[in-house]
Amino acid sequence: MSREQEAVARARKAFQTGRSKPIEYRIQQLKNLQRMFTERQKVISDAMKKDLNKSEVGTQLYETMGLEGEINLALKKVKEWAAPRPVEKNLLTLSDTVYIQPEPLGVVLIIGAWNYPWAVTIQPLIGAIAAGNAAVVKPSEVCVHTAKVMESLLPLYIDKELYPVVTGGIPETQELLRQRFDHIFYTGNSAVGKVIMEAAAKHLTPVTLELGGKSPCYIDKNCDISIACRRVAWGKYTNCGQTCIAPDYILCDPSIQDRVIAEVKKSIQDFYTDNPKTCPDYGRIINQRHFKRIMALMEDSTIAVGGDNDESDCYIAPTVLRDVKPEAKVMQEEIFGPLLPIIPISSLDEAIKFINKGEKPLALYVFTPDDKIINKMKNETSSGGLLANDCLVHYSVSSLPFGGVGNSGMGCYHGRFSFDQLSHLRSCLIKQLKMEGVNNMRYPPHTPKKLGWARFFILNSVDLGWAGRMALLAVLAVVAAVVIQNYLL
Amino acid sequence: MERQAVNRAKEAFLSGRTRPLEFRLQQLHALQRMITEKETEICTSLKQDINRSQYDTPLLELIGIENEISLAIEKLTQWAAPRQVDRNILTVSDEVYVQPEPLGVVLIIGAWNYPWAVTLQPLVGAIAAGNAAVVKPSELSEYSSLLLRALLPRYLDKDLYPVVTGGVSETQELLRLRFDHIFYTGSSTVGKVVMEAAARHLTPVTLELGGKSPCYIDKNCDIRIACRRITWGKFVNCGQTCIAPDYILCEPCIQGRVVECIRQTLLEFYGADPKCSPDYGRIINQRHFSRIMSLMEGYTPVIGGQTDASQRYIAPTVLKDVPPHSRLMQEEIFGPLLPIVAVSDMDDAIRFVNEREKPLALYIFCSDKKATKKMIEETTSGGVTVNDVMMHYTLSSLPFGGVGQSGMGCYHGKHTFDQLSHQRACLIRSLGMESVNLSRYPPQDRRRARRARMALKSPMIDLSKRTFVWAVSATIIAFGLLVTLLVILLIASGLNCTCWYWRGWYY
Repeated sequence: MSREQEAVARARKAFQTGRSKPIEYRIQQLKNLQRMFTERQKVISDAMKKDLNKSEVGTQLYETMGLEGEINLALKKVKEWAAPRPVEKNLLTLSDTVYIQPEPLGVVLIIGAWNYPWAVTIQPLIGAIAAGNAAVVKPSEVCVHTAKVMESLLPLYIDKELYPVVTGGIPETQELLRQRFDHIFYTGNSAVGKVIMEAAAKHLTPVTLELGGKSPCYIDKNCDISIACRRVAWGKYTNCGQTCIAPDYILCDPSIQDRVIAEVKKSIQDFYTDNPKTCPDYGRIINQRHFKRIMALMEDSTIAVGGDNDESDCYIAPTVLRDVKPEAKVMQEEIFGPLLPIIPISSLDEAIKFINKGEKPLALYVFTPDDKIINKMKNETSSGGLLANDCLVHYSVSSLPFGGVGNSGMGCYHGRFSFDQLSHLRSCLIKQLKMEGVNNMRYPPHTPKKLGWARFFILNSVDLGWAGRMALLAVLAVVAAVVIQNYLL
Repeated sequence: MERQAVNRAKEAFLSGRTRPLEFRLQQLHALQRMITEKETEICTSLKQDINRSQYDTPLLELIGIENEISLAIEKLTQWAAPRQVDRNILTVSDEVYVQPEPLGVVLIIGAWNYPWAVTLQPLVGAIAAGNAAVVKPSELSEYSSLLLRALLPRYLDKDLYPVVTGGVSETQELLRLRFDHIFYTGSSTVGKVVMEAAARHLTPVTLELGGKSPCYIDKNCDIRIACRRITWGKFVNCGQTCIAPDYILCEPCIQGRVVECIRQTLLEFYGADPKCSPDYGRIINQRHFSRIMSLMEGYTPVIGGQTDASQRYIAPTVLKDVPPHSRLMQEEIFGPLLPIVAVSDMDDAIRFVNEREKPLALYIFCSDKKATKKMIEETTSGGVTVNDVMMHYTLSSLPFGGVGQSGMGCYHGKHTFDQLSHQRACLIRSLGMESVNLSRYPPQDRRRARRARMALKSPMIDLSKRTFVWAVSATIIAFGLLVTLLVILLIASGLNCTCWYWRGWYY
């Protein structure tokens, strides 16, 4: 048996013992995970610095703080989430117990990405643990140091049989994909997403795919351009542009292009000083292959800001490209780097047409003070998420489902959505062996009269909503008053 | 031809005419009219396909569809409206909501056992969610699929909701094309093929598959009523129901009684010769007839067993003491054979169920609440009905779907709408209050990080209108009560002095 097969078999056996089901156990594991982030902050930050040149504060801000928030939310709410959820009844089921029972799926496979390795690998893990599953964690091999840290730290804090970490590259991932899971959670690119779904189809395993795409950013000429550009620059150059929801390119009126470029340049200087290479807050490209890929994208466009690079350090300066044409290389694939192309378009309608020509993106950004423009953009386009007048922050609202649509992914997570995504919501109808007379209308031999009764019962649903309950209460109050008046006074 | 239909549907969708709720309501009303006006034709087509009685069709299919359409019409505005969510400190002054949106063009592949229900119920959800839908009914229910192809374009928009008929090759052609969601009802084997085809376009899927739905009868329950309900569930539509109780698990001591009760119930339902009963169905085609016959090979049934290949008739058949490894127990029966497998107690039954693939439905007949709860907790299945069969299908507030090999995704009622929509996260901020954002910009230092930490880890606040109204009215009532209390106290304490005062006034 291969190493991967063993890990999955052990996880399944551990799940079948039933120890991940009790709420107390899930809470205890989540608390241990929480402890790991408080106790090992330094080790985690050091590895992130080596992989992506992320500063210690940067790691906290973009990875571990979000996770701590999610763990806190899960700890607070897991009892509520895992409890039976009562549903509305109809006339036929008035005296029955009807509810939805969330249940664990079994063994979940979580394949992480390298750009925010902790966030995108551990957030699904939090949902998996909270839902009572076992989980095989496969961090991305591209972020070498972080993968090693994950492999060594996780078993020290959480159950090493239920939540094994399996490291490795493509062959190890392919071996894992041959095994049978009850759910696969993948974060990465669309090409590999298709491979994952195809592998999952062989076992009828449901999947959650958090993919990517080119997230458009429309800047209206009537908005406060300096603030808009500040937020866009922050969204773009954080993690050196290697964010799945980074604003990929800007669409704006030609008349404001120069202003946009100047404001972005100013923000870059504010954030990263005149020499971003020496600034501790500016990251690096993850490896040579991606460095070369991003450099090639710049080739046929005009550089307005930045452009300097250093291959030995995988450094590319924060770069803005102007007057970019739709056929340019930089517009053919998701950039995932610190290049910000600006495409001049003459109207909102043209922008909408341009956006709709491409695949549905993971995020859509609109900068405008006008609600009508926001609504038009919302109604005439589709994307995983929509954020007006800011970048990235919809990721941190855990009551919002985070996920893609079309080529940018399927399924969603964060907060309660992670729990629901990794649970089976089982319908439960508890009847009694009485009142068999009511059932006669469904039994043969069939007659028109029986059918009439069936029609009556099924087609009338009883919504004892707020008003109904009040009415019922009023009737009871009147009855009580009458009784008291006549018999007790 | 398939490509043309899909392209036309896509163009029709992009024209935007499915967006307005009025259009969707109008289409739903039209569909409702079709079901009511053409009920006789639909019943006739099912009689020709599967010899279903004219009462069973409304009972099992049409009333359910009517119910779904009425529910969708009633609730569409609510379902399609933006859904408010909780906020945190960072987003307190923003608009935060989830906007349901249409996906685009949905492919609905129907099945032959309840051709109208499993094809039209997803269509109701697709229309309600604002999608276009290509409907591919099963070719095995020939008359029904031809009728659907003739009827649907007369009532619904023929570009948005085309019906594509055909067999395996037409379905394969459809699966090569790109859709925004595929909704498939059928077997697990074909389910894998559908999902693999969908993977090439990253199309999400809903698969309503099947499996062997176990039925456990506890020895201490009312066996007569239990068997009555099971008999109905098993032999309706001649056993060709995805959630039919596939096999019975019970202790050997009650096996005899179970068989007797089933025999009596069968007599009551279908008479001495079910072949002559207008209410007893037939097997859909020769291939399935031969398949089911071969499952019976080597076993002597205690009830039934008679067959007639010319009519594709198999009598309601019960087999007892069936060994777990027999062929009968290896695949979903989907026919009128009811095996009884002996288990020593409930724990043994639980183990038996868990050794096999997760079923679409689990049935438990037991009067002991604690034991029932235990069985539910220690097993898993798409859905559970206790002390009856199949009824969880009829309640539209319950999500109907499988887990594991029995399927993925769910539908019915609002769940269909949600399944065929994209729930788009929307956060509308303003370009003001930039000072709040300062803590996130570089240069990053510890002080800023601490401020950001405070904001990110703040609890979620429920800022919905309902809570606001409650909070305001609660405050007013509390204030009112306080004032009343003070007045009463004042009067009570001042009663002494006011008494004297008033007395003085009178004198």
